Amino acid sequence: MSSSRPGSYTRTAIRLHWLLALGLSATLALGFYMSDLPFSPAKLQYYSWHKWAGITLLLLAVFRLGWRLTHPAPAAPAGMPAWQHAASEWTHRLLYLLMLAIPLSGWLMSSAKGVPTVYFGVLPLPDLLERNVELGKQLGQLHGALNFGLLGLVALHAAAALKHYVIDRDEVLGRMLPFLNKA
Amino acid sequence: MKIRLAYTLPLLLSLLASTAAQAVEYSQLLADKSSLGFSYRQMNVPMDGSFKRFKAQLAFDPAQPAKASAAFEIEVASIDVGSAEGNSEVSGKLWFNTATHPTARFVSSGIKALGNNRFEVAGKLTIKGKTLDVSTPVSFKADGANGVFEGAFTIKRADYAIGEGMWADFGTVANDVQIKFRLLAAAKK
Ligand code: HEM
Repeated sequence: MSSSRPGSYTRTAIRLHWLLALGLSATLALGFYMSDLPFSPAKLQYYSWHKWAGITLLLLAVFRLGWRLTHPAPAAPAGMPAWQHAASEWTHRLLYLLMLAIPLSGWLMSSAKGVPTVYFGVLPLPDLLERNVELGKQLGQLHGALNFGLLGLVALHAAAALKHYVIDRDEVLGRMLPFLNKA
Repeated sequence: MKIRLAYTLPLLLSLLASTAAQAVEYSQLLADKSSLGFSYRQMNVPMDGSFKRFKAQLAFDPAQPAKASAAFEIEVASIDVGSAEGNSEVSGKLWFNTATHPTARFVSSGIKALGNNRFEVAGKLTIKGKTLDVSTPVSFKADGANGVFEGAFTIKRADYAIGEGMWADFGTVANDVQIKFRLLAAAKK
């Protein structure tokens, strides 16, 4: 276990992975749900909760990226084709990028729309942009598009993980779900 | 004594004359250079809005506040709360019901000087058909030939039934609404 490429993820990495998976799914679902609601106090509440959750996920994503850069991921299984290796590396890079870009685009959008974010209703966050309704709309579209990108990448990511488990029958999925490898 | 009086009387008279000449009655609202805004809290987030169209009948000579008066008519549908969605919502029945109550009014009932070019303006504020007494501090300063009147006061939206039904709870939109104005007025020609 002294090599720079250990055989497993750290417990912290595993926890962060599932925490973000859960948090992102919930926040994404809430995002789509709330934006279609008719104007109401509930809608305004959901918007605030969504923003608080999103900022929390941004903080977690920054921490997670820092952790990843200082704690290398385990090596790919021996004999995996080079293109698959490259595809997985790039999917992971893009996933990290979206984990940062999605909440940032949300924050930028809220600033441009002139609705500042007050974290948990207590801590006012700085506005990243001057008020600009047109730009706010465009950032809203970007925020939505990035989320569709995330959905697509996560589908690819999950399909690849399942392929490793079901078809290749290697330990890749078990590295994020350690109980699978113990069994 | 007599000599002194003879000297001071003309001086006094000229002083009086000069203040009279300085007295200006501001009576023409320069609407496009004036603003009527408000701020409130939504989920504890500070939000701003404004009314774009309003008229006024003014007669305000800062030297004679007791004789001054001010009356405003605000076109409620000209409200801007920052988003198209919000604007159409607040025009509706639960908020301002602009179809039935298109105009909000303020009519002054008494103006008191507080010194230092500050005044206390009391009056009746009518929104959504409800009339209540309000009063607001107003500061005055001359800006060339115009007068600038600025002030702010707080009302409770529930007092005027602004935001009924599902909006009546203050958890999402707070009860306190601060009204802020900056009015530019020209002197009578
Ligand atoms: C990783 C975290 C986030 C995820 C997964 C996420 C996801 C989403 C999704 C899927 C939507 C619906 C998009 C659509 O209808 O096209 C949405 C809307 C929205 N998000 Fe996020 N979001 C996140 C973070 C944030 C943050 C941090 C903020 C603001 C500080 C924010 C503000 C908004 C707003 C205001 C909308 C509604 C846009 C509208 O009214 O059209 N989001 N979000």
